[in-house]
Amino acid sequence: MNLAKLWVPAAAVIAAPVFGGLIAGIDRKISARLQGRYGPPILQPFYDLYKLFGKDPLAVNRWQPFFAAMYLFGAAASVAWLALGGDLLVLFFLTTFTVGFLVLGASCVPSPFSRAGAGRELLQALVYEPVLILVFAAIFQQTGRWDAAGVWRQGGVLLAQTPLLYLCLFLVLVIKLRKSPFDFSASPHAHQELVRGVLTEYSGPFLAMVELGHWYETALLLMICALFWSSVPGSAILVAATVAGLIFVDNLFPRLTWRWMMARIWLPLPGLALLNLIWLMV
Amino acid sequence: MGMMKHLMVRSRRRSLWMMHFCLGGCNGCSIEIMAALTPMYDLERFGILNTGNPKHTDVLLVGGSVNHRNRRTLKNLIDQIPAPRLIVAVGTCALTGGIFNEAYNIIGGANRVVDVDVYVPGCPPKPEAVIDGILSGLDKFEQ
Repeated sequence: MNLAKLWVPAAAVIAAPVFGGLIAGIDRKISARLQGRYGPPILQPFYDLYKLFGKDPLAVNRWQPFFAAMYLFGAAASVAWLALGGDLLVLFFLTTFTVGFLVLGASCVPSPFSRAGAGRELLQALVYEPVLILVFAAIFQQTGRWDAAGVWRQGGVLLAQTPLLYLCLFLVLVIKLRKSPFDFSASPHAHQELVRGVLTEYSGPFLAMVELGHWYETALLLMICALFWSSVPGSAILVAATVAGLIFVDNLFPRLTWRWMMARIWLPLPGLALLNLIWLMV
Repeated sequence: MGMMKHLMVRSRRRSLWMMHFCLGGCNGCSIEIMAALTPMYDLERFGILNTGNPKHTDVLLVGGSVNHRNRRTLKNLIDQIPAPRLIVAVGTCALTGGIFNEAYNIIGGANRVVDVDVYVPGCPPKPEAVIDGILSGLDKFEQ
């Protein structure tokens, strides 16, 4: 492998959290404006993160920092792999491992809030993982390539043939980024119900690591979205529209329960994706 | 190194996650604290978020007077807040014990049990006074 090519994933690993943090900042600002408030500065997530890194490290047990670090590493590795133009199926397994470490980290502590959040996080994974694999299958069906670099080179406007799949991917984004109505495993506003769900027992630098990992995951999912319109201006428009949609969905819908998600989203969502896939095949 | 330190102080000043704990009393201070968190005062513009979780907390707002039972709860909560932390006593009861001061079970204000950084007087203090109290404690992070 050509070593000179390594600067692309290296740049992605540095740029992705900046991008994810900015998205979080814009989200908070726009959400505040929609609620008639002035809102925090756009750079607020970075202040929060830097402050958390400077707090005393209080770990509940020796496993908790390890799982937080592995979650961050998994998320960063996923971004690097996609930026390298790697295989989408490997990416799928990488994302699954990443979520696994988050769930393990939340389950290795005695807090019932954290464990309930971990259970819900697993249920969320159960809902979006089949859709994610169907999205990658559809990308292969359309372009004949499993590697992201090949898809980007010859993809064109995938969105034109896969509107239903993109809708499913959008819902995956809503679930994965824990936006309302699916913000039940850990929501910044959920302290009345589960305190902070999976994040409850993390504090200081370990919480910062998990937050940083979440920004990587945000960037990763938006990079997958960008594959659906393989040109720089096209993907920029697509990602901007998707983020705007996310913010509006987050503000428009009240929180639903995980039972509602399992009953009404779990089977219909992959069904819708499969319908699109069958349409591509015939 | 100086820049990193400067950035850290700036981040700490601009990102305060708060938790409020009522030790007992009439709950008037809690209502005023909650009022300060409404969109009308919009504490998030200062980076202040209500967390309800001591592990994520930077500022603890204490209301009510301390007795022999709740002092343990208060100590337990403060032990779970990672340093650096700010402790703000809100209202007359948390300052001195208030009208409960002479009662047989009351130890007094919050400063009898923990090191209080800022005192916000009033019975109850207005939301503006609560916000002012939190923000005037920020200089502690300069050290």
